[in-house]
Amino acid sequence: MTTTPVQHAAPRARTRRARLPWQRVPIWALMLLACVLSVVPFYLMFVWASHPSAEVFTFPPHLWFGDAFARNWQGLMQVTDGQAPRQFWNSLYIALISTLTTLFFCSLAGYAFAMYDFGGKGALFAFILGTMLIPPLVMDIPSFLVMNNVLHWVGQPRALWVPGMANAFGIFLMRQYISSALPRELIEAARMDGATEFGIYRQVVLPLIRPILATLGVVTFVGAWNNFKGALIMKLSEPDTMTLPLSLRRLGGGATNVNVDWGAIMMLVVITVIPLLIVFLLASRQVISGLTSGAVKD
Amino acid sequence: MSQRTPTAAPPRAPWSYTRFQQRFAPYLFVSPFFLLFAVFGLFPLLFSLFLAFHLWSPLDGVGNWKFVGFENFQLALGPTDMFWKSLKNTVWIGLLSGIPQHLVALPLAFIIHHSLRRFQGAFSTILFLPYITNAVAIAIVFATLYSERLGILNYLGGLVGLDPVRWLGDPNMVPYSVAAVVFWRYVGWNTVLYLSGLQAISEDVYEAATVDGANGWQKFWYITLPLLRPMMFYAFTLTIVGSMQLFEEPFMLLNDGGGSGGAGLTSAMHIFNTAFRDLDMGYASAMSWLLFLAIFALSMLNNYLFSRDGGRR
Repeated sequence: MTTTPVQHAAPRARTRRARLPWQRVPIWALMLLACVLSVVPFYLMFVWASHPSAEVFTFPPHLWFGDAFARNWQGLMQVTDGQAPRQFWNSLYIALISTLTTLFFCSLAGYAFAMYDFGGKGALFAFILGTMLIPPLVMDIPSFLVMNNVLHWVGQPRALWVPGMANAFGIFLMRQYISSALPRELIEAARMDGATEFGIYRQVVLPLIRPILATLGVVTFVGAWNNFKGALIMKLSEPDTMTLPLSLRRLGGGATNVNVDWGAIMMLVVITVIPLLIVFLLASRQVISGLTSGAVKD
Repeated sequence: MSQRTPTAAPPRAPWSYTRFQQRFAPYLFVSPFFLLFAVFGLFPLLFSLFLAFHLWSPLDGVGNWKFVGFENFQLALGPTDMFWKSLKNTVWIGLLSGIPQHLVALPLAFIIHHSLRRFQGAFSTILFLPYITNAVAIAIVFATLYSERLGILNYLGGLVGLDPVRWLGDPNMVPYSVAAVVFWRYVGWNTVLYLSGLQAISEDVYEAATVDGANGWQKFWYITLPLLRPMMFYAFTLTIVGSMQLFEEPFMLLNDGGGSGGAGLTSAMHIFNTAFRDLDMGYASAMSWLLFLAIFALSMLNNYLFSRDGGRR
């Protein structure tokens, strides 16, 4: 019985929306422009990374690929004293370990807030949300002092990933998803079957919240991979700890000095951006819908 | 808790591991956040407040701070220091990048939602791309575009007969050049936010309005905008909080001094320099609290504007 009105409505809606093609030209032109402007800087960094250093700045500028990719890679190895792969690995290590620990601790806490009733739950959750109001900037100086004078972690990668392992945003995102996506009966049933509380989390909850784990995972990975200020403050500047953003700063910081190896720098730019593109394009739909669904609920 | 068990689970032992762990599991599950917050949040926060009233460099060693009362705050708000100037720069760059972001994102989201339904996913993915990218890497790309003699922007300008612009060299141009990068990075994010806000509005409302004879403009003004308010409030808040802490883009484009005349020196950069280059931790802490107050005040203003308008309706 529901099919009849739908069948009636559909063609009518279509005729109303179907306009002459030329009327849609401005809309398509506008969207095309927006997309091109979004993508052009990415395109240009690949173009520049494929030209010899001296030709990154030429007039008129290059707009198509050259053949100096391999040469720029060698140049990059030269200007980084062969450390570029190591820097890539340092960034990857911090990003991966941040992601895994964040997913674990945030989903655990989010699950507790979504599925348990316990004394002080409301107040504890409100407190966690309240910490989101503190601008990260206010924390820079004192957390450096804790790392420097108390823990002596300055210069070590853990200074970057430990503080954020269980963060307010992740816990909030997880709680929102778990309370709307998982039925409490499921937890009860597992409990009846004799599962332990952590066992329920591991065997029942974790497999069912994969979509939101993917969202938070990508966001955390991207955030940790891009963490420039943190690495700068915590002085990850020795050869064996330097991350890609710090290396970029060292090579390409401060406007446009033509006497440096720009082909090599663009190579490093490309290397810094490629993992982000891969991770995001693999999960973009998921990430976008996950992020925006958490945005306005509550 | 052993006394409380008998009523519920009949023949079990008075103290059971199952019950025990059921009761304490949630506390255990949420505890990591509070442990981490105590060490890396609460203590640092209090310490920072303490330092704001002291003169101290980490080189002096723990305990060798000198109480100076409100002197740090007076210095920051006085005419001699860069803090006021940096705050003005920050707000100005924030307005130059923030207002266009929303003026462009809202219509874009509207077009994608109403006219390009089939390609929504593709468009939002492409427009979202700048948001996830690395600020340092992209600042280098933009610095290349901005190059005065050999950059693409001045090349394109030359094609239509414009004189070369000193994008990063002219103090009057610097805020626009920095704002353009920020705009590029976040306009897609705002578009995607508005798009999801639009998708949450039920079609029924529009159909009811159509029946009542509303035209397209009326539908936008009386239905879309009011129902989009929560999302607009959220997006504005993020823009305010984010632009007030702007650091990486100007730091990379202009070096830590903020370029010629310090026209691109933001408050976050000034605080960073004071703390980690000059090692004047007390003064830097005081300024970070002043910046926090500024962010708080602007967020409250945003809140007030939204709630007051909402009440009128």
